[in-house]
Amino acid sequence: MIVEIGHFALVLALVLAVAQATLPLIGAQRGIRPWMALAKPAAIGQFCFLALSFAALVHAFVVSDFSVAVVYMHSHSATPLIYKIAAAWGQHEGSLLLWVVILAFFGALVAIFGDNLPPRLKARTLSVQAMIGVAFILFTLFTSNPFARLSPAPFEGEELNPLLQDPGLAFHPPMLYIGYVGFSMAFSFAVAALIEGKVDAAWARWVRPWTLLSWTCLTGGIALGARWAYYELGWGGWWFWDPVENASFMPWLMGTALLHSAIVVEKRDALKAWTLLLSILTFGFSLLGTFLVRSGVITSVHAFAQDPARGVFILGILVLALGGALALFAWRAPTLKAGGMFAPVSRESALMLNNLLIGTLTFTVLLGTLLPLLFDVMDSGDVSVGPPYYKWTFIPISLPLIALAAIGPLLGWKRGNIRQAMRSLWGAGALAAAGFVIALWIDWGREMLAGFGIALGLWLLIGTLVEWAERVRLFRAPPLESWRRIRHLPRAAYGMSLAHAGLAIAIIGITASSAWKMEEIRQMRPGESMTIGSFSYRLESVSGVRGPNYIAEQAHFAVSKDGVPYTDLYPERRQYMVQPMPTTEAAIESHIFGDLYAVIGEGDGKGAWTVRIYEEPLVPWIWTGSILMVLGGIVSISDRRYRVGAPNRQPAALPAKA
Amino acid sequence: MRRLIFLVPLLVVVLLAVLFWRGLDPARNPASLNSALIGKSVPAFALAGLTPGAPGLTAADLKGQVTVLNFFASWCAPCRAEHPLLMELARDPNLRVVGITYKDEPAKSAAFLAELGDPFAAIGADETGRVGIDFGLTGVPETYVIDRDGIIRYRLAQPLDSARLEQEIRPLLADLAS
Amino acid sequence: MKRKTLRLYLLVISLALLGIATALVLNAFNRELVFFFSPSDIAAERPAAGRMIRLGGLVEVDSLSKLEDGATVSFRVTDLSSSLDVAFRGVLPDLFREGQGVVVQGAFNESGRFVATEVLAKHDENYLPPEVAKALKASGRWQEGAATMGTDGSEP
Repeated sequence: MIVEIGHFALVLALVLAVAQATLPLIGAQRGIRPWMALAKPAAIGQFCFLALSFAALVHAFVVSDFSVAVVYMHSHSATPLIYKIAAAWGQHEGSLLLWVVILAFFGALVAIFGDNLPPRLKARTLSVQAMIGVAFILFTLFTSNPFARLSPAPFEGEELNPLLQDPGLAFHPPMLYIGYVGFSMAFSFAVAALIEGKVDAAWARWVRPWTLLSWTCLTGGIALGARWAYYELGWGGWWFWDPVENASFMPWLMGTALLHSAIVVEKRDALKAWTLLLSILTFGFSLLGTFLVRSGVITSVHAFAQDPARGVFILGILVLALGGALALFAWRAPTLKAGGMFAPVSRESALMLNNLLIGTLTFTVLLGTLLPLLFDVMDSGDVSVGPPYYKWTFIPISLPLIALAAIGPLLGWKRGNIRQAMRSLWGAGALAAAGFVIALWIDWGREMLAGFGIALGLWLLIGTLVEWAERVRLFRAPPLESWRRIRHLPRAAYGMSLAHAGLAIAIIGITASSAWKMEEIRQMRPGESMTIGSFSYRLESVSGVRGPNYIAEQAHFAVSKDGVPYTDLYPERRQYMVQPMPTTEAAIESHIFGDLYAVIGEGDGKGAWTVRIYEEPLVPWIWTGSILMVLGGIVSISDRRYRVGAPNRQPAALPAKA
Repeated sequence: MRRLIFLVPLLVVVLLAVLFWRGLDPARNPASLNSALIGKSVPAFALAGLTPGAPGLTAADLKGQVTVLNFFASWCAPCRAEHPLLMELARDPNLRVVGITYKDEPAKSAAFLAELGDPFAAIGADETGRVGIDFGLTGVPETYVIDRDGIIRYRLAQPLDSARLEQEIRPLLADLAS
Repeated sequence: MKRKTLRLYLLVISLALLGIATALVLNAFNRELVFFFSPSDIAAERPAAGRMIRLGGLVEVDSLSKLEDGATVSFRVTDLSSSLDVAFRGVLPDLFREGQGVVVQGAFNESGRFVATEVLAKHDENYLPPEVAKALKASGRWQEGAATMGTDGSEP
């Protein structure tokens, strides 16, 4: 019964979305206020129905209602509760429903907190948002209904893919989708602005927090996914340039560009058409990612079940949304009032260059992702594009971008002074040079790129600190004055510093872990030991252990450093009971400068096991850097300039609290 | 001139859409990869049945009557989902539905059919998957339509759904039966 | 500065970047693009030593063996008309089985031996990678009784 309520709620949400997509838009065009005002209740109602629908699906998973097809296929009564819930979005149908819920959630947020938006802009934005909603609810209902029943109902389910039974991965999809889908807000605002024919600083102030929120979640989601791949796949790597990874990485890149260009619109009223284009394209890449992952047009290790009919449907949505928005852009953007001017050396130019570089990066990733498809369509053979491709395209182009990230913030708006900026950065430059030399010395005769990576990471890290010190006039002004500045610096500035510093730390980690990883594979018997790096691993024993829904072989390694016991590692090789599929659980011990990483493979039945040990330098830095970036995003969102409706709400909020 | 620049993004999207459209072309979809088999005779095979005494299935059995051949396995969830449609097809007196179990223990396949009903006039057990390779199976379930002369007329490399059943398979079956 | 000059600058920088990117991409494609080969393709035309390729087919039954060092394995990949020896140092994926489809990535070394750096497995044990299915088809019909697959080889 609850399942049918969920299905029905989905249909009701569709009806509301159709109303929301049309009436407010017409109302805004003709000046009919009541029609425009409909957008708010419709958006809130649409979200409530969708949330109800999703709750019904989660309920079906929690109570293991195997008469529902997706529950049967992806859950099992012995699955731990958290994975029963996670299974609700661990498959195509449910994850699509979650997608739609998040879409409506953003719409509802704008409806609720958007009272100080110009009413026409608000009505149009919500209408555009609802159009996307209509398309995806239709898609869910017609091609991917999560509420389809099985008859007769099976007694037991097939269980969630064991690889997905992992706490990190349980929260990876929701975060990723908040990121992906959140960019729809910038898209809707951009289309509304194009219809309106007006873009100004207020518009940018409205778009930025949504973009920030999406970007923050997407950053977190991608980092969680990388971390999952790192410890669950057992290959010691955390990023494989797989099409599915690229599908989330491209919107992230474009979103990063959008964040930067929106600043220019907000502060200087320039780059308006460009920012509109970025808003459209960022969400366009989210749609493209959805298409690639769900259509089966590109084969990947972790694509969803593939169905060409779904592919055609999403392609239709993609073409309508992007094509429509870009046609509107081609028509209206040239008529936008030109914005402020700036000199070739200025903060604006630096941000512009940032955008061009990020755009180029996205272009190389896009080419790498689509090339196998292009070859296939042209019947030129099957090809694949691996990490080396990205090493020779992505990395060289990202080097100047990182260098620029330290310089840009030190340039003034309108007209900057490059010599002055460089003078402040001499310390950073010296340290970077030192890092370069040290990196080359460690890595003599191998990769030059490692030297550049370390040097630029240091350059950006120190440069970011220098920029902060300049702002608060540290050691230049009396300490009290600096302290006052430290306290009054806008949160957005702190957000930027945190995010840039996080990026710098992540880059150092990425460089070190890709260049200096060590790996040893060997056949070992209990009692034997091997040495890798400065650590010695002794295989103590291999024993059987039993989990809630799996059995496993667990190895025990005693790790010592210079003869002194350091730690114990317990990697597992699990065999899940329902899906006869072995999975690897790496054992990882982190310290500041890296990870010890051990994996146990198959035994030969004669008392020996294949064992893989990795020394992973600076990998924890990647996660630390990502956390800092996410923190930077959060701090930035909390800046009072963006606090939605802050000026006129604060007085009213006080009595409400009492 | 300046306006033309604003058209560039739209053009790029149109080009990409064409690429994707061609990419989705069912002809190059792995699901219909082996359309080469269509119009050819069924590859030769001889399989034992699920129980030691059971008759099993051979390529010769597929001649003489319009046949729907379904590859399935008890470990395969989509097979369970499409099963009711096979039961429905089996009620049609003008055709015969036969099955091959793919990489499955015969006892488990038998239990699967005992639970959901057995639509098959004959069943072969392909425990090793070699017949599957012969047919170019990419996974289970897959469904084939074979005419009276033992020529493969249709292949569906995914679970049956009622839309396909009504729009593609039934008309074809009616056509072959007449 | 005039608006026109600014636009010109932008255009020049964008075109320059696009040019550099295209050059890098083409260069990388030239060097790093990994083509897919079946054993028959290789029998017809062997790729240059050191060139990274992907090889797909079925793992021949009874061809898997471990070399003395205990960590290097050797097996044969076949498309049922030709086959090729592959050496791989590392742990085979959890779902690697004789008789099953496989895709390996690697290159021929100077002495003409194919050394895999990666053995790719799908996350699903009953899945035949599409490239492999295609290659099997292209190799001509698989003959019943061809001594490539044992009966014990493909137990799930």
